[in-house]
Order: sequence, then structure tokens, then C-alpha cells
Amino acid sequence: MANMISDETIDYVGILAKLALSDEEKEQAKQDMGKMLDYIDQLNELDTSGVEPMSHVFSVHNVFREDVVTNGDGREETLAGAPERSGDTFVVPRTFEE
Amino acid sequence: MEKSYETVIGLEVHVELATKTKIFCGCSTAFGAEPNAHTCPVCTGMPGSLPVLNRQVLEYAAAVGLATNCEITRETKFDRKNYFYPDNPQNYQISQLYLPICRNGYVEIEAEEGHKKIGIHEIHMEEDAGKLIHDEWQDCTLVDYNRSGVPLIEIVSEPDMRSAEEVIAYLEKLRMLIQYLGASDCKLQEGSMRADVNLSVREAGSGKLGTRTEMKNLNSFRAITNAIEGERERQIALLEAGENVIQETRRWDDTKGESYAMRSKEDAQDYRYFPEPDLTPIVISDEMLARIRAGQPEFREEKMERYRKEYGLPDYDIDILTQSRHMAELFEQTSAICGQPKKVSNWLMVQTMQLLKEKAMDAEDICFSPEHLAKLIALTDAKAINSSVAKEVFEVMFTSDIDPEQYVEEKGLKTTNDAGELKKVIEEVIAANPQSVCDYRNGKEKAIGFLVGQTMKAMKGKADPAAVNAMLKELL
Amino acid sequence: MERLEYTAVGLGSAIKSGKVTAEAAVEAVLARIKEKESALHCYVTVDEEGALTRARAVQKRIDSGELTGALAGVPVAVKDNLCTKGMRTTCSSRMLAGFVPTYTAHAVQKLEQAGAVIIGKTNMDEFAMGSTTETSAFGVTRNPYNEAHVPGGSSGGSAAAVAAGECFYALGSDTGGSIRQPASFCGVVGMKPTYGTVSRYGLIAYGSSLDQIGPLSQDVTDCAAVLTAIAGHDDKDSTSLQREDTDFMSALHEDVKGLRIGIPRDYFSDGLNGEVREAVMAAAKVLERKGAVIEEFSLGLVKYAIPCYYTIAAAEASSNLERFDGIKYGYRTTEFEGLHSMYKKTRSEGFGAEVKRRIMLGSFVLSSGYYDAYYLKALRVKALIKKAFDDAFAKYDLLLGPVAPTTAPKLGESLADPIQMYLGDIYTISVNLAGLPAISVPCGTDSRGLPIGLQLIGDCYQEKKILCAAYAYEQQRVFE
Repeated sequence: MANMISDETIDYVGILAKLALSDEEKEQAKQDMGKMLDYIDQLNELDTSGVEPMSHVFSVHNVFREDVVTNGDGREETLAGAPERSGDTFVVPRTFEE
Repeated sequence: MEKSYETVIGLEVHVELATKTKIFCGCSTAFGAEPNAHTCPVCTGMPGSLPVLNRQVLEYAAAVGLATNCEITRETKFDRKNYFYPDNPQNYQISQLYLPICRNGYVEIEAEEGHKKIGIHEIHMEEDAGKLIHDEWQDCTLVDYNRSGVPLIEIVSEPDMRSAEEVIAYLEKLRMLIQYLGASDCKLQEGSMRADVNLSVREAGSGKLGTRTEMKNLNSFRAITNAIEGERERQIALLEAGENVIQETRRWDDTKGESYAMRSKEDAQDYRYFPEPDLTPIVISDEMLARIRAGQPEFREEKMERYRKEYGLPDYDIDILTQSRHMAELFEQTSAICGQPKKVSNWLMVQTMQLLKEKAMDAEDICFSPEHLAKLIALTDAKAINSSVAKEVFEVMFTSDIDPEQYVEEKGLKTTNDAGELKKVIEEVIAANPQSVCDYRNGKEKAIGFLVGQTMKAMKGKADPAAVNAMLKELL
Repeated sequence: MERLEYTAVGLGSAIKSGKVTAEAAVEAVLARIKEKESALHCYVTVDEEGALTRARAVQKRIDSGELTGALAGVPVAVKDNLCTKGMRTTCSSRMLAGFVPTYTAHAVQKLEQAGAVIIGKTNMDEFAMGSTTETSAFGVTRNPYNEAHVPGGSSGGSAAAVAAGECFYALGSDTGGSIRQPASFCGVVGMKPTYGTVSRYGLIAYGSSLDQIGPLSQDVTDCAAVLTAIAGHDDKDSTSLQREDTDFMSALHEDVKGLRIGIPRDYFSDGLNGEVREAVMAAAKVLERKGAVIEEFSLGLVKYAIPCYYTIAAAEASSNLERFDGIKYGYRTTEFEGLHSMYKKTRSEGFGAEVKRRIMLGSFVLSSGYYDAYYLKALRVKALIKKAFDDAFAKYDLLLGPVAPTTAPKLGESLADPIQMYLGDIYTISVNLAGLPAISVPCGTDSRGLPIGLQLIGDCYQEKKILCAAYAYEQQRVFE
């Protein structure tokens, strides 16, 4: 494997992706990611200098909506699936650290 | 030693745009709704929902760019900024990194050394986050997504400012331009204008920038000034002690006058930006740009020039009247009705400004109509009310936009023109104040002032002081 | 109850003429589900009561002459990543096991307007990430042709349900072959339209720039009818196209004379199973005999499509799936200490292994220092792949090839080696990168009796050419 993924990298990506992996899963993830990156490295065989990255496949552009209120009170629907709610708000563990 | 340091400041200013709806959905942006009332699948990140751009957001953003001398990016795109936080329902914010709508602009401010250009690096469009409310009782945080998806522009300056005064001048300039455009009301207290301060210090004369910090949570000009002073001192103290400034985000606590690092090991500050696949690119054509340009209002400099020519007002008046577009419009409309620009100007510059200051209000909040101000001026011109009654009426008009004519009538505030009644009252005042009468007759001119006052009091203010003065002299 | 031997369009006209009622059609399907479901497990949710109620309501509107469309009263199965108001929508994930949407996906709404009766929601690879339907959190779906084999994926439940008669047609979604490949494995027709033809509003996103909704059906006629019903512009999807040419039934004729069909040599290289090759080449011969001009050519870049695709899809997925955080809907872990622990535990417990694998990869390729080398590189290669197709369509009306290198593998054979599994997408994936329409039509079976699919790829907006050739082939094909 040309791409050796370190423990630090896996931990870092875990923070970005908000995933907590067990030690076993981490080992597996290191293997999987290393192999995938080796595989993706094949793309470097292609000379892409001067090629614009294509984020959108069609040249559709300027899709707008007009500034007109179309939605009414969305409270009940918005909160319908909330794992935890208090009145009309969602409840999350405290975000402010002292 | 402090003298040898220079402060280098750049600003990131977020402005909430004055659209009726959110940036990517048809939910209202109005303030004051019940929590989560102004939400839908799009602005709460429901699975499967998709954003569609509000045209007005693009037009406001481009208009602000034109007003700040920016280049408008003809092909602009949105990007996703990925970070987990509960105020952000998708855990990514739709923003612009790679192709922001405006770049390379500037605004001019008045600095100590005269005119100074503050560079604008870029302006981009993005969505606001929801509101987090800390619930002490339950020790948890409550989330309200009413503000989620409200359109923002972020104006990123170059690190061109050197003092808190320059920062305030820059913010005031931005606020005025944006208010003139009608693109936002720019209220710091209500959060429709927010400034993050990037600050570093360096030894005077050094060409290299020091390590900067970013200060957040600044919701008044006073907090901004305090935070700049505080951070400058903190950084200098670190350098003097031979330590390094760490590049970090800090939260300013204005009550304590201190800032705190907002650090967390779970905070990687790696936003993994990539082009937003759910929105199409925007191509701004010549026609579109010309239309936005044509819609630009008359800005302050042009207005000042015109006021000099058209109204012949002193520069001092013009300076105050044009600080806000709303004030300027009020001036122009009232003058058009009553044809007495200087009198209109006086009411706006003196009484209006004084009340705004007392009530800590913005010129944008003035609610009385030009018709009513014109009527008030007409009443004083006709000597139907005297100046102290006029001020009293004006205060009521300022708070609740009453019709002064009607008000004066209803409250019976009209000046009495009945000479017989006035004579009777004056005779009573003379009889009741022999000492003052004596003083006056003995050459104490000032004593008449007291007698005028007594007469006005007895008349409940409804007399013309000049007429009272004349009659008093006659009777004495 | 007897199985109703109708296609969707056939059943639609039988209902219209009064031979069958919508309710009877639902009852027949429910009976079939009872019979087959324990072995096949095509569905995550079967809404018996709801379906019967809807059928009765639809029947009234048919009787009153209000509903006259080809699909009025016909029972449909919907992939479980399409939101259905009031009916749970799980993406076959523990994360959304109890999620009940408050709105219905645009494509499903269009079917409802056409009088379709939704039976339930079909099983899939979790969040559409997989090629076998084995990554579902709710158990595997089995191939109706051979229960030891997978139905393909990710729309495996939809394909198997159509093949087994557990519905008359189904909706699926295709990000890298997720409609065409299971259609091929299950011997049904499956089509991915041009990107933007069917609104994605209400489709729970995997790779937003690649996802497209499309039909899985018993034959090409049904496919055209369903596509006609679900295609069309939607103001709620910015990437939705403005198209006038969505009367796809008009393409159902056999005149392929002079149609230029290119066969990419690169699609017939070493990895291709011999029986699949023979069946596909035989299909090409059928079209040639009907007057199509068949020519081999070199498309190029084929092997780069997979790494390009997995970079882009994983990156988009890592972002699209960030919203599953235990706050607004779906699963939340029970025990946690603080916000970040809640996030991490919720997501680690809510997502399965394959989803986590792709989220990790996607987060990595977008992260600071790697974005240019991986993500932007992939977007550049995507541009090259699009160009290769543009060049091909300058010469040909359609491209013809296999859907997958093999027929359906056995259960449990694929997941062990992800890259091997990803290689199975080699012929379908570049179509998504280039936004093109493509169909899978049954073209025979292998020696074990497992179906083989023929793939026809068109230039963007050229669904009609595809449908015409597929229809012409279908009318002529003779299975041995």
C-alpha cells in the first residue's frame, strides 16, 4: 500500500466526520482508506493540466425564486420528528462551555 | 514602550439583508415569531430538501458591491462550508469561497491624516444560522431555526485599519452605504450587522504582519472599541513578555472587559469547502449588471453636492441631514411641502437628533411623516403656537406620528390672540409681584423676564412671548 | 388470490375498461407479497391499509372520469430513500428507522397525481451506498431468480419487487448504476434519465451531482409511461431541467433504421464474463438486423471512471449525511456526555460500516491539504470523461454495452473486498459522471439462469432514442 494512513489521520478524520471508531474499526478504516487512495491515485496517470474542474455537468445557470413568502407556520412539522423537544424548540446538550 | 507598536486591523462584517424571505426558501424573515414558526424542510435541513436562491439576495449583494467599488464576479458560485454545530441544521453552511460575488473594492473614510481608502477583499453571500438559547434550569441548549437561512452578506476588508476610530469610521461608512441602498437596516444591537475583528500588532515600521486573532461577539460600537483596545494590550503584553500570539478565535465579554479563546479539540477548523452541487452557477450578464447599476440610489456625496446647490444650506446642516437616507428623504419631502428647507433642517438637526440620542435610536427608526413636520412648521410660522409648545408637540409627534394640527386643537394649545384676556392676566401678575415690578422700574431690565415667565405660566404656555413682553412694558 | 399477469400499462387499461378494479390490483399485489416476501424481503414497509384506502379513492376518481392516465390505479413500490409524507422513510438505515417525513418527494407526488397507488417502500443499500442491497440495516433482499444470489443494488428491493410481481413497477434512484445494475440482475427494465429530468426534491441525497430518480419496470413500454409521469421541471430543485420533450410514449416504435450505435471496445475487456459478452453482442446483432448501424470504437478513460466517481460521490455523501446528527429527526444515542459525544455516538451507532467507510473517505478527500490532489483532480477527470462521451456522441446516436461485468453474485461474496465491489460499477458509473440517460433491458440469462442486462446509453436529452432502440430490441428478442 503506497498510502499509509496514520492513527492521527484517522482520528482527525473522525473529528471532521463526527464518527467515533473502535480500535478494530480504526484498523479497518486505515486499511480501507489506504487501499482506496492507492486506487484513486490512478487518476494521476492522466494529465489534467489546463482542464477546468467540472462541478456542474450542464450549463444550467441563474435559477432563482422570487422574494415572496410562500410558507406559513412550520412549527409542528419541523418539530414532529425531534428526538427531544422543549416547547417549540429542539433540545441539545449544552453548547456553551465555561 | 507601547508607542513602538502598530495595530493592524481587518474586519469581517456580516449584514442581514432586508429581504422578505430567506435566502433558499419561502419562509419569512420577520422578527419576533414564535420559535421555529418560520421554518420549513429547506431551512431545517430535512432529508431530501433542496435550496433555491432568492433573486433579491443576489441583487442586494451586487448592489452593495457596486456601492463599495468592487469588481462583480461575472460567474459566481456557492460552496458548502462543513462544520458541526446545532445552530446549523445541515451541519454545513451554504456560503461562497472560491468565486465570491464581489472582489477588490474599497470605501473611503475620514481618518486622522485625511481621506483614507479601506480595501475590501471580497463580499460573499451566505445563510445565517439558527439561534441557540441556553437553558440554565435544565442545563441544556434550545434551538430555534427562525433565523436559519436568513440571507447574509459577509464583507471582508483588507487589514487596512490602524485604530478603533478607523474601524468605527469604516463601519459607519458601510452602514450608511447599505442603508442608502435599502439592502439592510444594519443594526448592531439587533444583530442585523455584526463585525468580527481580526487584529495583530507589530513593531512600528515593520513591514511584516504579526499573528492575528479573530474577535467575535461584538454587538455595539462601544464593545468593538473596547475589544480592540483590550486585544491590542493583550497582544503587546504577550510580545513584551517574549511570548507568541496564537492564531485563534476569541470571544469578547464586554461586561467583564475580557476575551476568551474559543478552543476545543473537537473544533478542527477544517471546513472542507466544495462547490454546492444543489445550486447552479450564476452568470451575471451585462444587462443584469446595468439594471442593478441603474437601480442604485443617489449616494451621500451626490446628495451633498445637490443640497448645496438646490437648498443653499450650510455644510454643517448638509453633513447631518445626509448621514442617513431616511433623514435625507424626510428633509427633501418636508421641504417640498413647506418650501422652507432651513426650518426643516433645523427641526431635523436639532430636535430630531437630540431625541434620537436620548432614546438611543437610529435615524432609520424615525416614524413621523413629512406632512406632519410641515404642518408643525406652518403652525409656528403662523404663530398659532409658540416655540416651547411646538417642541412639546414635536416630541409627541416623534413618538407616535400624531397630526400636529389636530393635536394642538384637541389639547387647546393654540396661542391666545385675545388682547383683553392677556391684559387681564398681566395686570394680575403685576399685582402679585410688586418686588419685581419695583426692580424693573428701578432699572433692573432683567426683572421683566421673570414677569414674562409668570405670565406664560398663568396662560398655560398659550401666549406669544413677544406679545407678552411688549404688553408688559406698556403696562409698566 | 391469483397473480395478475399484467404489465403496469396493461393493468392501467384493464382498470380503465373495468376488467379489474384498483382495489383488486392492490389485493393481488398484497397476496403476492404475503407469498414471496418472507423469502425475498423486497420491502422495508408495506402499507396494506393505506394502499387499500388509496386504491378505493383512486377508483372513484377513475370512475368519475377524473383520472384517465396510463398508470391510474396501478400499484407501485417506492425506494425507501424517497420521502413519503406520513409513511416512514428509512434509507434502510438505523439512523432513520423511525423517520416519518412531513412532505412527499416531487416524483412520488407526480405519480400520485397520475393515480398511482403506493404499496410501500422498498429495501436498498443503506443510503444507496452499495451494489447488492446487503448493506441494508434491515436485512438483505434476495434475487427472485435465485434466492442464494443478491438482487443487485442499491435499488435491489425495487428491482426484486418488480421481478417477483410484488408490485407492477417501482421507483429507484441511480447514483452510479443503482437502477440499471439491479434491473440487470433481476431481469427487469431500469432507466436512469438525463440528470435534471426528474426532480430530486424529496430524494434523500447520496451524491447530489450524480443522483437521479428513475423507473424499474417489467418492459420498455412501462418504463416510458412511468418516465412520462415523473419527468418535468420542478421549481424546488435548482438543477431540474426545463424540458418539453417528455412525451416518452411517442418513442415506442421499432424503426431503428440508420440509427448509429457505437460499441465501446473498452466495455468488452478482460473483466467481462463470457456469457454476458455473448448475450450483449447477440442483442447488438438483433438491432443490426433491424437496420441499426453498429460499429466498435474506443471510448477511452473507462477505468478512471471508478476512482473519479468514488472520490466525488464520497465527498458529496460526507457532506450530505452531516445533517444526521441526532437533533432534528432520526436516531439519537441514549447515553452521551456533552454535544460532541452525542454527535459521535449517534452517528457511529446510526450508520453502518459501508456508509461510515464512504463518509471517512469523503471527509478525507475534502480536508485541508488534500482537496486539490483528490477532489479537484476528480472534477478534472470528470470533465475529461464528459468530453470522451461528447466525442462519441458526435459519431453515434447510442452506445451499447453490458450493464455489469457479471450476473448477480452470491450473497456475502461482495462486501469483503470493497474495491472489487466498486469494480462491478465500471460500465454504469461514467454515465452518472456525464449526466447521461441510460437503460438496462433484459437480454438473456446465463447458464445458471441468472438474468443479463443490455445497456443503451444516449447523449443528454436523448431518452427517446434509447427507448426506441430498447423497444425495438424487446419486440424482437428471443430468449433461449
